[in-house]
Formats: sequence, C-alpha cells, structure tokens
Amino acid sequence: MNLTIILGALELGGIFAIMSLGLYMSYKILNLPDLTVDGSFTLGCAVSAVFTAHSFPYMSLIFAFIAGTLAGIVTGILTTKFKIMPLLAGILTMTGLYSINLAVMGDKPNVSLLGCSTIFTPFDSFDPYHKLLLIGFFVLLICLFLYYFLRTQLGLALRACGDNEDMVRASSIDTDKMKILGLAIANGFVALAGAIYTQHQMFSDISNGTGTMVIGLASIIVGLTFIKKDKISYQLFAVVFGAIFYRFILTIALQLGLPSGYLKLLSAVLVVLAIASTNITRRKRKC
Amino acid sequence: MLELQDISVIFNERTVNEKKALSSVNFQLQKGDFVTIIGSNGAGKSTLFQVISGAVLAKTGKIILNGKDLTSLPEYKRSRFIGRLFQDPLKGTAPSMTIEENLSLASQRGKHFSLKLFSHKHKQEMIDALKSLDLGLENRLEAKVGTLSGGQRQALTLLMATYVTPELLLLDEHTAALDPKTAQKVLSLSSKLIEKHQITTLMITHNMEDALKYGNKTFIMKDGHIIAYLEGETRQKMTVDELIHLYSTSTQDYNDKILLR
Ligand SMILES: Nc1ncnc2c1ncn2[C@@H]1O[C@H](COP(=O)(O)OP(=O)(O)O)[C@@H](O)[C@H]1O
Ligand SMILES: [Mg+2]
Repeated sequence: MNLTIILGALELGGIFAIMSLGLYMSYKILNLPDLTVDGSFTLGCAVSAVFTAHSFPYMSLIFAFIAGTLAGIVTGILTTKFKIMPLLAGILTMTGLYSINLAVMGDKPNVSLLGCSTIFTPFDSFDPYHKLLLIGFFVLLICLFLYYFLRTQLGLALRACGDNEDMVRASSIDTDKMKILGLAIANGFVALAGAIYTQHQMFSDISNGTGTMVIGLASIIVGLTFIKKDKISYQLFAVVFGAIFYRFILTIALQLGLPSGYLKLLSAVLVVLAIASTNITRRKRKC
Repeated sequence: MLELQDISVIFNERTVNEKKALSSVNFQLQKGDFVTIIGSNGAGKSTLFQVISGAVLAKTGKIILNGKDLTSLPEYKRSRFIGRLFQDPLKGTAPSMTIEENLSLASQRGKHFSLKLFSHKHKQEMIDALKSLDLGLENRLEAKVGTLSGGQRQALTLLMATYVTPELLLLDEHTAALDPKTAQKVLSLSSKLIEKHQITTLMITHNMEDALKYGNKTFIMKDGHIIAYLEGETRQKMTVDELIHLYSTSTQDYNDKILLR
C-alpha cells in the first residue's frame, strides 16, 4: 500500500465517519433503524453536485444538510404521526427520494464535476494532505457538536427517548418531537457526508447511497466492538474509528484483488459477522 | 380537585373484539384525597388510570383536574400534572442512564428542555432526596439504573414521579412485582411522600389490608363500573374481613388469594 492509497482510505473513512455519526443518532441514541439514509446520502450528493457545478461548493454543504434534515423530518412524521413502522417509513422516504434525487440532478443518473472547483480547491497548496485535513476538520466539528448536544437537557431527553419512551412521556416530553428532531439531525449529517463525498469523487451518481445504512451499521458495530465504553465521548470516537477501520478493510480487500462489485457483499458479510460475534459471545456468557 | 364525568372507554370499537372497559364512570375527589381501588382482573382499573393519564382517550365524558379540562390533552402534556407508577419496575426509568440523569429528567418535568448543558448543580438536592428512600442510593448517583434491583428501581420511580410535586399521583399495583418486604417498604414510602406533599392519589391494589390501611377512601370496581364507594366512618369502622366479605359478595370474586390474604 502506498501513501495515496492510505490517504484515500483515511479520506473516505472520514467522510463515512460523518455519515456514521448521523446514523449513530438514529440507530444508537434513538434506537430507530432508519433506512432513509440510503436516500438522504444520495440527496446530499445530488444537491452538492448541482451547487458545485454552479460554483457554490461551500454553500452546497449547507443546502445538502438542510435537504437531509427535511428527509429526516418526513420519515419522523411518517413514524410518529401516521404510526408507520420505522423501518417501513424509512423505506418509503428512501423510495420517494429516488425520484427527487433524479430530479435534483436534472433527470440524469449521474453528474460529473470534472473541472469544477470544490471545497478542497482553496487548500490545494497542502497537497496531498489537503483533503484529509479538511475532512478531519469536519469530523472533529461534528463530534464536538454531538458531544455538546447530547449532554444538554435536550440531548438527555433524546437519549432517554431511545432508552425508555414511557419514562420520557412521563417526564412531560413530547416523544414524537424528539424522534423527529433526532431523525432530522441524523439525516442532515448523512446528507452532508454525501455532499462531501460527491466533491471528493468529483462525481455524483443516483446509486451512490445504496448500502449506506449497512456501511454505517458496520462502522458503528465494529467501532463499539473495539471500544466498549458508555461515555458519549468514547462512543463518538468509536464510531469514527469504526468507519475508518472498516474503510481500511475494504481497501485491503480491493488491493488483494477483490472486484469492486463485491464490496457491498463484503459489507453485508462484515455486519453479519460483527453482530453474530457479539450475540454469540453474549449467549455463551449467559450459559 | 379531580372530577370524572360520565367517562366511558371502548376498545376495538366496531370489531368482533369490541370491549367496553369503562361505562359511565363518575366521581369527584378533593385535594389530598388518597383513594385505594380494588376489583377483580379485567374490571377496568388500569383502564381508568390510562384514561386519566391520556394513554387512551375517553369515548364519552370529561376529566377535570384543578379546573383544567384534560379530556383532549395529549398524554405527555398531562404528565406535567400527573405522576404515574406501574406494576413493572422497568417502566418508569431509563436503564442505560445514570440515577442522576434520570432524576435530572424528572426534575425538568413541565419545564422547557433547553440547550443548556446537563449540570451537577442539583446533586446535593438529589442526594438528600435519595437519602429519604433509605436504600443506600445516595452514594450511587453515577450508577446505571439498569444495575438496580426491582425494588430500588420502583422506589426511584416513586421519587421521580414526585420530585416535582404532581397534582395527581396514579399508582397501578406498583408493589405487586416486589417481594413482600420490599413491597411494604415502597408502600410506606409512598404514603409518607403522599402525606408530606398532600398529593391527591389513586392506588390500585390487590391487597385488602393495604386497601384499608392506606388512604381515606376505597372504590370497588367491577365490569367497568365503580360499584362501591367507601369513605368516612363506614370505612374507618370496617375490618379487613368485612371488606373481603363486601368485595366477594359484590363482585362475586371468591378468589383464594384474596380470601386467604
Ligand atoms: N389496549 C386494549 N385493547 C383491548 N382491550 C383492552 C385493552 N386494555 C384493556 N383491555 C380490556 O379491558 C378490560 C379492562 O382491563 P384493565 O383495565 O387492564 O383491567 P384491570 O382492572 O385488571 O386493570 C379487560 O377486559 C381488558 O382485556
Ligand atoms: Mg391492571
């Protein structure tokens, strides 16, 4: 492995860490399996591609985040107000987003950004580290935000909501609002990751988001298998670590000659292995 | 003051499983009243609590608490005024959060959940409150609630439900899942807190002795109706055996458990 490959893995690891931090909000904090992410990641890609093509790369991040937030709100309303199962609600939003993403990209399945300036362009002088530095900065920023937010009164209520909804309602907190808020933030970060991903790849594709949920799950589960601590700070670190670790496994697999089409299968197998291993050790301990 | 006017609840309306769980229930309580409720399984006791707390909506009637019409208020808003405990000690607390975090949430009841950082500034207050439980929890603020015993969790839930004094407290067989000794402890703790804060309380119990020992009124329920109201002198003079006799004849429930006590 040479430096370019290692840097590439770290960069992608960082981008998917942002996505996984979003998924951590829904999957771990709220205890909601949210499949919206497959659509909201692509939504971030699409919004980012359009804005970057019109030379607003930084603005694209803000709009991608907002778009993702809206997607999360839709899923949140479907589950809380219309009482649709969270899994199905996510699938419905994701399915609807396919058409919206296509429309955002001007009814084309992919958009190339070759020749456009991106969020990375102003830092070209630090080449080849500029991308990693900027991505690392975003990861740090989001970790700090979540670290703060999850320890506020509101964050506490959100965490309790994933732990025991009855108790939260008994504390006169509107659990519907909490879920919608959590899903909004989660999908906002997922879309932001998509936006950065698109500018990193200089390319947006309608199928970019396929398997996002599985990648995020893999990162969270792998990270939390290595770092078994309950403190928020450790957990956030674990998610970032997991995302990067996971990316390295994929990179190594590619280097060993695995055709890239098999990456999704590898992702799925990894998640199965990680979950199975924790479940089996738990069962052993019980006996 | 709590007032229920003509409250009915129907589950699964217009299906083969239609069930009228409450039929036109009426009563009025004064502030500080402590009512014990007995009745056979399926009499509608829990449903009565659910309709008061907003977990189910009334088909007909009105619920008024201290002048506020609660009838169409959502559950989470009613819980500003109403504290609740269930039979299941796991229901009232968040297991993967610490005692301090749980109490902190309870102490925010009815207030706004802000973006202020969670702080330890109420630690001393919490320690004092936990001391009153006399379960040694005051040294374990940082412990995950999931690591506590059922009795400890139920006592903590009781503390949380009364941390911000509620206008009404609903206790649904809240000691039934505990061992007898712990049950008595939690029960006497409940009555101490209720007396201290003069909280209007409804308590469902299966224990006839407790039904007479605690509170100042007793309701007997059957098939969605309150079939007997005991209070004042009648209740004071009543022995446990007389209550059992009244209960069995009026509900036709000759349950061994109740007869043997
Ligand atoms: N959610 C529900 N759906 C349908 N039927 C219910 C529901 N909750 C309670 N019931 C029925 O209503 C009746 C009263 O139940 P409940 O109030 O729980 O009785 P209890 O006095 O034992 O607490 C029972 O026949 C019960 O089966
Ligand atoms: Mg019951």
